[in-house]
Amino acid sequence: MKSFEFAARLKRLKLGRRAVIALPLLWLTLFFLLPFALVLKISLAESVVAIPPFGPLIEYSDQVLHVFLNLGNYLFLMSDSLYAAAYWGSIKTAFISTVACLLLGYPMAYAMARAPLRWQLVLVLLVMLPSWTSFLIRVYAWMGILSNSGLINNLLLGLGVIESPLRMMNTRFAVVLGIVYAYLPFMVLPLYAHLTRLDNALLEAAADLGSRRFNTFIKVTLPLSMGGIIAGSMLVFIPAVGEFVIPELLGGPDTLMIGKVLWEEFFLNRDWPIASALAMVMLLLLLVPIVWFHRYQSRELEK
Amino acid sequence: MRFKPRVPSFTTLMLIVGLLFLYLPMAVLVVYSFNSSRLVTVWAGFSTQWYGALFEDRQILEAVWTSLKIAFFAASMAVCLGTVAAFVMTRFGRFRGKTALSSMVTAPLVMPEVITGLSLLLLFVQMAQLTGWPADRGMATIWIAHTTFCSAYVAVVVAARLREMDRSIEEAAMDLGSPPLKTFFSITLPVISPALVAGWLLAFTLSLDDLVIASFVSGPGANTLPMVVFSSVRLGVSPKINALATLIILIVAIATLLAWFIMRRSEKRRLMLNRQTLGGE
Repeated sequence: MKSFEFAARLKRLKLGRRAVIALPLLWLTLFFLLPFALVLKISLAESVVAIPPFGPLIEYSDQVLHVFLNLGNYLFLMSDSLYAAAYWGSIKTAFISTVACLLLGYPMAYAMARAPLRWQLVLVLLVMLPSWTSFLIRVYAWMGILSNSGLINNLLLGLGVIESPLRMMNTRFAVVLGIVYAYLPFMVLPLYAHLTRLDNALLEAAADLGSRRFNTFIKVTLPLSMGGIIAGSMLVFIPAVGEFVIPELLGGPDTLMIGKVLWEEFFLNRDWPIASALAMVMLLLLLVPIVWFHRYQSRELEK
Repeated sequence: MRFKPRVPSFTTLMLIVGLLFLYLPMAVLVVYSFNSSRLVTVWAGFSTQWYGALFEDRQILEAVWTSLKIAFFAASMAVCLGTVAAFVMTRFGRFRGKTALSSMVTAPLVMPEVITGLSLLLLFVQMAQLTGWPADRGMATIWIAHTTFCSAYVAVVVAARLREMDRSIEEAAMDLGSPPLKTFFSITLPVISPALVAGWLLAFTLSLDDLVIASFVSGPGANTLPMVVFSSVRLGVSPKINALATLIILIVAIATLLAWFIMRRSEKRRLMLNRQTLGGE
């Protein structure tokens, strides 16, 4: 009798456990995973003038099942050099921005981790605060600073340093600056998290054994903060590759980036299949960095 | 010690440079929101007229209201989903689908927004073809999209707290016969409540801030604040947007200050409690 009750309770527990697991799993499968399958599907469809603007993949007529897999979108991406240039431009811009973020962010995180304990919370909040305001407005701020009649040019003209305004808006420089500005907090915080965990005794031991500061940094601090470097770099690089707002507002015709091209194919040309094919290729390019980030992140989650 | 004197001075300098870099552009926005000239880059005297113009702009006010509603509901749902996901990942050991779940929690953190937005739109379009829902895209579809990517952020924040939490209290309750569900609600949830608040606030600001995903999944009816700001900013610099930016910065700064105050107080109380318990022994 008792054992029967226990078995029933165990069964109920197992059912409950499954239900709890199912809730987030189902939601994310439906609204995150399944949509990617649909992007793949539409990327193989034909663009037609209709609502929605793509043709069917499977058609049944006259007792024959027709399956259309249109590879034309992918072939088109390869034939037009505009797309290759956009992918290359995105990866180059994202890479330069990530390196710049790391070069500025690492010393910042290092100083934060070394700061007196009562200052650390304030510094973390100061670094995070801008990212809680508006991304769009922070990018917009640079429009007023960099433009030909903007703050920097007015200042330099007023001081007589330059005679004609420097062209800074609509250049790759402006796009990189915008990305570094917008994504800097995402670089600093994982670095800070790793550097605070760093054991001071290790640094002291290295110093006691006669290691020079630079040597200690290269051989102890840097390897121990590698997790933070990877996480921060991926948090900047991957979204930056697909960035739309920054190249749209600060970039120009010669700063082609794939996020902007995808947006224009979708909203201006209403070519959903080409936009989907662009997204699939972008996903393929980003697969390795995403898996890398995931490995690191799940190690952090399970620790 | 030996390595201390010079290295910090360089990194401290970089920290100051970095913070100036982060805050100067925002300061410029604030200063020029009080400029009486329409040309945002030329100073022509102090004025608050753009704030007046902002509050007369019905389109912006309506968009603010729409965005606040979506952000509130998306953050609330994201906290529920994200907390369950975090709990499952940190407390359930191994189960089928764990790798899938953890990938679907970390991938949205870095996924480019254009891809997420496009994929969700295609989902909604084909759902409408198959089931008739959603017939119109608008607030409901934006809510689902925001809930999905925000729950990933909440899961990361809550999972961090769950891992730090002392498990022995949960185990003690279970050993004394408390069923798992009751243990969760009466022990786990109160302990992780600060993380839930932090997760909710993060989700709320993420939802308020999103332009790209909302643009893809929105219909003709619903315009969120970023969508309205974007269509204005695209045409060039506008002093009204500077006024809006100043208000946003002000609200976030006050909220942060408040949060800092509360955190500092609870930290002090914890230290005092520790001292008392130590003294009692």
